[in-house]
Amino acid sequence: MEPLTIYEQLKARCPESVLETSEKKPDPFAVIDPAALLDVCRYLHDDPELAMDCLSNETGVDFKDRIEIVYHLFSYRHRHGAVLKVKLPRATPRVATVEGIWKSANWMEREIFDLLGVNFEGHSDLRRILMPEDWPGHPLRKDFVEPQEYHGIATVRESPIVRLDEHRKK
Amino acid sequence: MPLLNSLPDYVLTTRTDELINWMRKSSIWYMLFGLACCAIELMHTGGPRADIERFGATPRASARQSDLMIIAGTLTLKMALRTRLLYDQMPDPKYVISMGSCSNCGGLFQLAYSVCDGVDKVIPVDVYVPGCPPRPEALTEGLLKLQEKIMTERWLAATPRAAGEVV
Repeated sequence: MEPLTIYEQLKARCPESVLETSEKKPDPFAVIDPAALLDVCRYLHDDPELAMDCLSNETGVDFKDRIEIVYHLFSYRHRHGAVLKVKLPRATPRVATVEGIWKSANWMEREIFDLLGVNFEGHSDLRRILMPEDWPGHPLRKDFVEPQEYHGIATVRESPIVRLDEHRKK
Repeated sequence: MPLLNSLPDYVLTTRTDELINWMRKSSIWYMLFGLACCAIELMHTGGPRADIERFGATPRASARQSDLMIIAGTLTLKMALRTRLLYDQMPDPKYVISMGSCSNCGGLFQLAYSVCDGVDKVIPVDVYVPGCPPRPEALTEGLLKLQEKIMTERWLAATPRAAGEVV
């Protein structure tokens, strides 16, 4: 089934959950209401016509005015996929976890929490996964400021390009 | 009895320092410490083609049994703390080879927020091996340079290292 057909089907079933769908393009997506995310995901996973049994990727993007979580779904039975997006407010980004539907979401949501600071409600083990436990802030936020040092290790670096220019002037 | 007949047929003479250093340089046990893609070249270096076991260097899985730490790969800040801990666990005398651009200076990733640019910010380094990643021949050359350095050390004189100080 084509992704756009899937979104149409989704719209027909629960019209208020699908906020918008993209135009026809190589990887079309549907924007879902965060409150209805779990219902939509459960439907996509359980419906025998759709049977999205694999969450191949879950990631987050900081757009300065909002944070988007992107879900890439795939069905091994029907060989089709879908892309869902959820728009969250940047100040208090929170959304329900889909860990109960796709187990693989556990680590991917931990990564999004680690790098973007999104709070996944109901997650079984929401800890940092890549950065150290005592790291300040969330590095993939656009306004993230690097610490000047970490446990006595200076992290201030000069750009190698600047260094190269100075070297050429000599 | 004349001296000539009291000795065996063949006699080697050397200095004590040279003998100690010759034995030490011929059994450098290095710790398995692969951090990134340089680890693949490190494995090749230990493999049959480059075969640094010819020089007595054999991999150990524990810091407490190692003489040498080969930092092979990108050192993140998270790993830097653990590197310092492992270095402290190694028995003296201990040596460090910094393998590849990343552990020398941060390399390609030196402007990343999570990367420690240079392992020498955390622990002292004896030999820097350039390359991205260095070929097994380059790492073997680094090991030979380290052996040269070991041969220059003096143990009977009151050097800092002989006195048990960390240098």
